[in-house]
Amino acid sequence: MTTTWDGRTGATALRQFLHALPGVDEVGAHGRAAMLSSRSIKADAKRRAIDLAISMVDLTTLEGADTPGKVRALSNKALRPDPLDISVPSAACVCVYSDMAGIAREVVGDAVHVAAVATAFPSGRAALAVKQADTQDAVQRGADEIDMVIDRGAFLAGDYAKVFNEIVDIKQVCAGAHLKVILETGELATYDNVRRASWLAMMAGADFIKTSTGKIAPAATLPVTLVMLEAVRDWYLATGVRIGVKPAGGIRTAKDAIRYLVMVNETAGPEWLTPDLFRFGASGLLNDLLMQRQRMSTGHYSGPDYVTID
Amino acid sequence: MDDRVEVRKTYKLFINGVFPRSESGRTYPALDSKGKLLAHAALASRKDARDAVLAARAAQPGWAARDAYSRGQILYRIAEMLEGRRDQFETEITRCEGLSARRATGVVNATIDRWVWYAGWADKITQVLGSSNQVSGPYFNFSVPTPTGVVAAVAPARSSLLGLVSVIAPIIVTGNTVVCLAAPEKPLPAISLAEVLATSDLPAGVVNILTGQPHTVGPWLAEHADVNALDLSGVDDDSLATEMAVGAAGTIKYALPPCDSDWTLDPGLGRLSAFMNTTTVWHPQGR
Repeated sequence: MTTTWDGRTGATALRQFLHALPGVDEVGAHGRAAMLSSRSIKADAKRRAIDLAISMVDLTTLEGADTPGKVRALSNKALRPDPLDISVPSAACVCVYSDMAGIAREVVGDAVHVAAVATAFPSGRAALAVKQADTQDAVQRGADEIDMVIDRGAFLAGDYAKVFNEIVDIKQVCAGAHLKVILETGELATYDNVRRASWLAMMAGADFIKTSTGKIAPAATLPVTLVMLEAVRDWYLATGVRIGVKPAGGIRTAKDAIRYLVMVNETAGPEWLTPDLFRFGASGLLNDLLMQRQRMSTGHYSGPDYVTID
Repeated sequence: MDDRVEVRKTYKLFINGVFPRSESGRTYPALDSKGKLLAHAALASRKDARDAVLAARAAQPGWAARDAYSRGQILYRIAEMLEGRRDQFETEITRCEGLSARRATGVVNATIDRWVWYAGWADKITQVLGSSNQVSGPYFNFSVPTPTGVVAAVAPARSSLLGLVSVIAPIIVTGNTVVCLAAPEKPLPAISLAEVLATSDLPAGVVNILTGQPHTVGPWLAEHADVNALDLSGVDDDSLATEMAVGAAGTIKYALPPCDSDWTLDPGLGRLSAFMNTTTVWHPQGR
């Protein structure tokens, strides 16, 4: 795979390119994910993995009931996840709806990133002009990362060029903000579609490809993330550019997070073990990581009474 | 000639309503009163204890939120199931504790009666332990006992069924959930009790039973920050009791001291009140 679509040769060429991608062996993907998740992790490696995972968390709140107070509290938590232990690293980012981006930015300053979901999140059902306006608004309010959703309806109908052009058009108004493209793999039905959507997003200029909105089950799973990691690895081999991956939704325990890190290391490579190239979209995960960290530093099991409620 | 191969029971742990093997895969021999092998019981590890606490924590709010009457009915149901399995329990304690058949029947009777007695307290304990307090001002002032949360208990080493039930029942009837370490030398009645609990409408995770050595698992439970209280009734080793009490002191926990006494005596309300906190509320008197 050394050629990519150049964006000028028409919708048919794009379809031909995506459908020429090799199919995903579903049983093989499940088997590989299961094998990698049974690796034994020794205490020292675990300690480092937990800190790395904390620094990769996109601390997320995407509820209709989000208040400025909740966003401020969450932003403070991203800055200092464990108020009693300054050796805990900051989270990577606060991820909120675009109207809350300004509030998050006020709290975190330049210390952590602020991501805003834009483009008619989570359904993606709106006119392009509306999606662009949503994106511009988020950037103006201080978001330096934009999490956009693709138009799954168009993708599933086979209108790949529409999806491609939409990503390009959103990227144009991002004004330098990092663009994460949410594939919503739970709605794409097959791993072949996940691979096609990953390539489509990367060719259109995504800086990150993200599994899910968190509003649809199943959200992130190990096999789906494996397929996406293979895509960014193949893209790197073809173009020399490293694209990030963000599984989001459904990752709740430190154990899960470490399984993902093992898979990143074994699939894309150790270069991806940085918050610049791998993120976890989560809210509850951070507390479990903190409890495991407390378990390792105090020598006894911790509990939910000993971490902050967000 | 009878060439049928007997189907033997694998004794496992009871965590979150299901029967897993120990996470470590290890077992240990359970002997009868004459030192003959009865079965191999699962040897719980600290990770099994951790899983059990997670299950107990997840089950606790829902169990406490049930109305007391409903908790009482579920406990009565358990007593019905115990009655249906009395032959199995009699056989097991005859072999484990070396009792005569007549005395084993007496112990099973006492066990079922003890369970029913505690079941009856479900919707009465608040009236007895709670109070309406006199205050200076136009207020109602109530003190209400509320469940402590997740309790870790060590069951009595000698009384493998009556002692076990006398420890578990008062903890759960008030809305707590429990992780109980069964008598290490006589674990089989505990697992049979778990089979009763698993088939009597008791929500998963309210009772979790681990078989194994209190020395290895007990201190982890005592230090666990998500365990709210400790019942050391069955700890017959002073140094372990001290170690667990010291471990519990690192976090806020109530610890009931060791007391492996005569379990046939009237238990009183001590065990019920031990695992409840008192909440006092003020309410303005209306007109």
